Amino acid sequence: MSYIPTTGEQQRQMLAEIGAVSIDELFADIPESVRLKKELDIPKAMSELELKAHMQDMAGKNISLDKYTCFLGAGAYDHYIPSVVTNLLSRQEFYTAYTPYQPEISQGTLQAIFEYQTMICSLTGMDVSNASLYDGATALAEAASMACESTRRTEIIVVRSIHPESREVVSTYARFKGMTVSECGIKDGVADLKNLEELLNDNTAAVLVQSPNFFGAVENIREIAEIAHRNKSLLVVSCDPISLAILKAPGHLGADIVAGEGQVLGNPVSFGGPYLGFMAAKKDFTRRMPGRIVGETVDRNGKRGYVLTLQTREQHIRREKATSNICSNQALNALAATIYLSAMGKNGLKKAAELCLQKAHYAYNRLLETGCFSPAFESPFFKEFLLIYHGDVDKLNKHLLSRNIIGGFAAERYYPEFKGGYLVAVTEKRTKEDIDRFVSEVISAC
Amino acid sequence: MLKKEEKLVFELSVPGRYTNLLPGCDVDEKEITGLIPEEFLREDDPDLPELGEVDVVRHFTHLSQKNYGVDSGFYPLGSCTMKYNPKVNEEVSRLDGFSKVHPYQPEETVQGCLELLYMTDKFLSEITGMDRFSLQPAAGAHGEMTGLMIMKAFHENNGDHKRNKIIVPDSAHGTNPASAATAGFEVVEVRSDERGGIDINALKELMSDEVAGLMLTNPNTLGLFDENIHLIAEIVHDAGGLLYYDGANANAIIGISRPGDMGFDIVHLNLHKTFSTPHGGGGPGSGPVGVKKQLIPFLPRPVVEYDNSRYYFDYDRPLSIGRVKSFYGNFSVVVKAYAYIRSLGADGLRKVSEAAVLNANYIKEKLKAYYHLPYDRTCMHEVVFSGQWQKEFGVSTLDIAKRLLDFGYHPPTIYFPLIVKEAFMIEPTETESKETLDEFINAMIEIANEAKNEPEKLLNAPLDTPVLRLDEARAARKPVLKYECG
Amino acid sequence: MKVLDGLKYSAEHEWIKIDGNKAYIGITDYAQHSLGDIVFVEIPEVGSELNKGDVLSVVESVKAASDVYAPVSGKVAEVNEELADSPEKINEDPYESWIAVIEMSDLSEAEELMDAREYERFCQEEE
Repeated sequence: MSYIPTTGEQQRQMLAEIGAVSIDELFADIPESVRLKKELDIPKAMSELELKAHMQDMAGKNISLDKYTCFLGAGAYDHYIPSVVTNLLSRQEFYTAYTPYQPEISQGTLQAIFEYQTMICSLTGMDVSNASLYDGATALAEAASMACESTRRTEIIVVRSIHPESREVVSTYARFKGMTVSECGIKDGVADLKNLEELLNDNTAAVLVQSPNFFGAVENIREIAEIAHRNKSLLVVSCDPISLAILKAPGHLGADIVAGEGQVLGNPVSFGGPYLGFMAAKKDFTRRMPGRIVGETVDRNGKRGYVLTLQTREQHIRREKATSNICSNQALNALAATIYLSAMGKNGLKKAAELCLQKAHYAYNRLLETGCFSPAFESPFFKEFLLIYHGDVDKLNKHLLSRNIIGGFAAERYYPEFKGGYLVAVTEKRTKEDIDRFVSEVISAC
Repeated sequence: MLKKEEKLVFELSVPGRYTNLLPGCDVDEKEITGLIPEEFLREDDPDLPELGEVDVVRHFTHLSQKNYGVDSGFYPLGSCTMKYNPKVNEEVSRLDGFSKVHPYQPEETVQGCLELLYMTDKFLSEITGMDRFSLQPAAGAHGEMTGLMIMKAFHENNGDHKRNKIIVPDSAHGTNPASAATAGFEVVEVRSDERGGIDINALKELMSDEVAGLMLTNPNTLGLFDENIHLIAEIVHDAGGLLYYDGANANAIIGISRPGDMGFDIVHLNLHKTFSTPHGGGGPGSGPVGVKKQLIPFLPRPVVEYDNSRYYFDYDRPLSIGRVKSFYGNFSVVVKAYAYIRSLGADGLRKVSEAAVLNANYIKEKLKAYYHLPYDRTCMHEVVFSGQWQKEFGVSTLDIAKRLLDFGYHPPTIYFPLIVKEAFMIEPTETESKETLDEFINAMIEIANEAKNEPEKLLNAPLDTPVLRLDEARAARKPVLKYECG
Repeated sequence: MKVLDGLKYSAEHEWIKIDGNKAYIGITDYAQHSLGDIVFVEIPEVGSELNKGDVLSVVESVKAASDVYAPVSGKVAEVNEELADSPEKINEDPYESWIAVIEMSDLSEAEELMDAREYERFCQEEE
């Protein structure tokens, strides 16, 4: 297939205008010694029809969540995506546009980001939001570095109940930026506050905590905030935006920066990406924020309009002194989030959150009743919970898979201390029937 | 484009209005306060809009009508490679077997995804002449940061802890120095010579045992291929440094020349540029990083391996820099790039670069009588002009760009690279026809004439857009960054 | 371009007005003009000790950020908080809009700076 419209005859005309005899002549600046002397070893071209068949064949080698019932979460969740989200996202004016550097012809993207920023602030209880970052993990890493810059300190404390992959990303960024990371232990599935107090010192820039955390448990953010602030350290909270329809906003509990994963807001699980990282902060940190921010202004006629603003923070102006090297945002994923929140609305989001909460607790109780598990913690949880399985988790999941069920996450992979740890996620998409079937298959496996 | 003002979604909200998208609760409902202690529960609902489905659809449709995409028309934005985004790639990336797959599913249930990642690594390695790729980085700048972290880890592993400097040309993208800083390096700038390439003597003077490496875009941001690339590689390697290739401009050289053969050790590519995945209004992109053999151990983990019967993730990589992102990168973007490579094949890929370079040179030739061409030599996939002739009539490059909006075009990149005054950078890409280029050239000539004869037309432009020029100073002085009710 | 007699000027386009051991510091008309609409001024911290050439403040326009360097060494004694809310004052009247007052630790440093005539010539050469 080719997407090149110029014909051979037209190419000859163009070469004549340029005064070149062949296209090859245009590459004369490339020294002979670095010219590729062979054809690339890449399979030959495919027609659209062949390509589609090939891609369908490849996709067919994967098990997809439309045919299997999913109780797997651990950072990527199978929530309902309203039809309007997918439909509106496929409008070419949105997805084939570049970054809105020409605001006169980018008001669609810009206004949508302004609305996104407003919604994120409202959910998190913060003053200012950026236009989104790569994902939840990198958003946390950026928040850590922002905290170090703001406090002129270099140590970060991460609570062990934060998603293990997020902790790993924070560590990678920290290693190269010269920040040190220490880990606060957990007690009953949430931050061990005593351990936190012991770890805090006068070089602690921030405490990073996730709530609901990797185990689904709700952390006591207010207390953690008090402990951090007594030490003049900042509090960075990562959270599930759907949970914020019923849980207190971190901003109202003392968080200074909120940074989290926004996949749940209208984005499919897509084997891990693309998702979006959201970040919001108290007003004082506005000029320390990484990434794009959209602001309201007026045009020459006084008509309301939107522009990228506070750009002097960014790499294209401040170069090596920029607040971050990020040069894009996950615009289309943030748009999905904006459309999702608009379509769900105040009522819909609350309903989704309540359904998650109720169904997760139903599943929790039913699974415990089987006698195959013991509870791991007593802390309150939202849509995900950790149980300890008495048998072999891999065997259990294999059995479930044979019954078209994708079982929970084997937590021992990241938490050796939880032998048999089984992390189960229940979203609003799971029916009572799904859960009952899950439970009865567990019984027949254990 | 739609000129009528579109209210904010919050201003459209009507209390009590909603679309019932979710079913009722089918399990025994418990009191919420019995499940979560009251102190953790929100007292008032977040301020989200209350709308019907039609309201939502109209609102976002109206917003889309205030946007300009590649499908709307020509988008000659230099350095951004705004080529056409094939529709079939969108369609296949949405197949359930790609989009509804959980990243933690057992490996045996995701063999198609793993094969796709593995093969994309192979193809990108072949295209760039590298030995191994990581598809984890989410964007070009993220790839740069990852590549530089690999560079640092490599030197440190050799016990070479002094190398804390990265050399970056003065013509480089702003992300280069910013990424170097993120990876913990100090940035040293090297100037360009009068041909637009790296000043060799200046480079020699800067090299020392404190230099970790050099970042280079080739062709560079002037759209020019640095003929001294072999010499540059030799100078850097002789001093113990590594060479980093910024793949932003790779659309010029696919199938023609490979960074690996030029002497580069680390490469990042922008799948959202060269490999046709859409920009999405600013993302998601994908910025895979490729390395030469000696650097493979330092790649982010996991990498996908194949044991002749199955594909699997390899996490056991003790020298890895670690993770730079959750899961495995922007997977569905990679799906589109993979589909693009398969649809074009080796021959098709080479033709992409040939047509891209031909189109850029055609525009250069046709416009150089009307706009100042600071480097008058064969260009690669993009050409940099200067608006300095027009400056004499009191109009700037910004005015030229704004006037182009009235002609229905997205303007070129302006005021970049920084080393050209009043710069504007045109990258037509290969997917534009001669007819489109001719129409654009005519518009540019007309604007050059207007600049001379009716400069106010440029100064007042645009007039035919949803909003006119916006007051950016006001936005930055008293930032309004969210909607405040009332 | 306006240059005031009686002030001293640096090659980085800062002006200083000397009053005893106090030096009022701002940016020149030339500097504000080349930056364009100023949208933000980073207010220095009172009490910070600076060496000549250290970054005192940052002045930003929409598309540029420019460091303001301390033309003399000393302690920041006073800052002009008004600029935080009204950065445009620098555009309107650069020589009234001082950013900070430095208590000079070495009075001879000021003598090395340019006078009005020298600065005028310096700017012409910069063009």
